[in-house]
Amino acid sequence: MIMNRDSNIYTVVYASVMVVLVAVILAYTSEALRGYQKKNEDNDKRQQILRSINVKAAANEAEARYNELIKEAFLVNDKGEKVDGNAFSIDIVKAFDQHTYPVFIADVEGKTKYIMAMQGAGLWGPLWGYIAVDDDRNTIFGADFSHAGETPGLGAEIAGAAFSSRFPGKRLFYGNTFKSVAVVKPGKSVANQDYVDGISGSTITSKGVDKMIFDSLSGYVQFLTSQNQ
Amino acid sequence: MGLLSTKSKEILLGPLSRNNPVIVQMLGICSALAVTSKLEPSIVMGISVTVVVAFANVIISLLRNTIPNRIRIIVQLVVVAALVTIVSEVLKAFAYDVNKQLSVFVGLIITNCILMGRLEAFALGNGPWAAFLDGIGNGVGYAVILIIVGFFRELLGSGTLLGFRVVPQAFYDFGYVNNGLIILPPMALIVVAVIIWVHRSRNKTLQEN
Repeated sequence: MIMNRDSNIYTVVYASVMVVLVAVILAYTSEALRGYQKKNEDNDKRQQILRSINVKAAANEAEARYNELIKEAFLVNDKGEKVDGNAFSIDIVKAFDQHTYPVFIADVEGKTKYIMAMQGAGLWGPLWGYIAVDDDRNTIFGADFSHAGETPGLGAEIAGAAFSSRFPGKRLFYGNTFKSVAVVKPGKSVANQDYVDGISGSTITSKGVDKMIFDSLSGYVQFLTSQNQ
Repeated sequence: MGLLSTKSKEILLGPLSRNNPVIVQMLGICSALAVTSKLEPSIVMGISVTVVVAFANVIISLLRNTIPNRIRIIVQLVVVAALVTIVSEVLKAFAYDVNKQLSVFVGLIITNCILMGRLEAFALGNGPWAAFLDGIGNGVGYAVILIIVGFFRELLGSGTLLGFRVVPQAFYDFGYVNNGLIILPPMALIVVAVIIWVHRSRNKTLQEN
C-alpha cells in the first residue's frame, strides 16, 4: 500500500508514534542512568563539604574520606536546637524555607570544625556552598562555593580555590554581633566587619555571594552562639 | 585514501575549511560566542555537537522517505532534542565534572543552527552514510573554530590554557594585565571576525566583489 505522505491521517499518526517512541527511549535512558547520576551527585556534594574543610578528595575516594572526617551530621532550627531529619540528603532550599539548617561536624587533626550550608542566587541561577568554622564558632576555617550557571571566566570563578581561599581566618562576629563576611569590590573596604575581595567584572555574582553568606548564616546564629551543645 | 570515494572525501573535508559551518556558512555563531571564554568547555562543546549532528543526520536521513513534509521541522526538532537529552544524561552519569562546567550549554545544542541547517539542507536529501560524514565534517569544522577562539580568549583573558597558567608571573610583575574585555561575548565576535578575515584572504574563491 502506498501511503500518501501529505494526508492528514498519515501526519497525525506519524507524529503520535514518533512522540511515544521518543518518550519511551528518554524514559528508559533516564531510568537506566539514574543510579550513576545519583552516585555522582552524592560524591560531588561530599567533595564540596570536604573542600570547605580544605580537604581535596577525588570523586572515587570522596565517600571514604567523608565517612572518615565527618563525625556527625544533623539539622538545627533557628533557635539552635537539633531537629529530626537527614542533614546530607535534605534539599537545602526546602530546609531553609522550613527554618531548618544542616550542620556537619568534622574532626580535622583532633580539632572540631562546624560546617554549615549556604544557598542563594547569582546572576544566572542558584549559588550554594559550605562554610566551616573553628570550634570558637566564629573564625572561618574554610569555604567552598558552587554555582549552576555563572559566566565562565567571570562569575564562575567563585567555584575556584583562588576565591574560596580568601575566607579562612575571617570572623563572622564582630564584638558579639553577627556581621557575616562581606564580599566587596577589589580594593574597597568596609568598617566593623571582616571582608574579602569579590571577582572583578562579576559584580552581581559577588553581591549574590555576599547576600548568600549573610542570609544563610543568619539562620545559624543561635546555633553558633549557644555554647551548651 | 582508498577508503572513501572522492565525493565522500569532499563531504567530510569540505566543512573543515572551504565550507566551514561557522566562518563560511555563518551557522552556530551564537554558541561559538557563548562557550568559548575557556578552552576546555570549547573542546567538550565541539565534541558534543559533532556527536549530536552526526547521529541526527543519520536518523533523519534514514527517515527521510517517511517524514510528512508539513511537520518535517518538528520531526527534526524532536530527533535533535531527544539526542541532546541523551547526551546530557550520559555526561551526567559518566563525565559529571564536564557536565557541570557546560551546564546550560549542553541543552543549548538544540538551538545550534548547524544542526537544523544540516538536517534541512543535507540529511533530507542524502543517504545515511553521506549524511554521517557530513555531520562529522560539520561538527569538526565547528569544533575547530571553537577551539581557536577558546584558545585566544582563555590565553588573553585569563592568562591560562585548560586551567594551567601559561603567562609567566614575571609578565605580571612588569605590569602585564589580563584583558578582562576578551572574556565578554562581544570580543568573541571580533575574534571570529578576525578568523573570517584571515580565512577569506587566503581563499580567493570565497571573496565577494
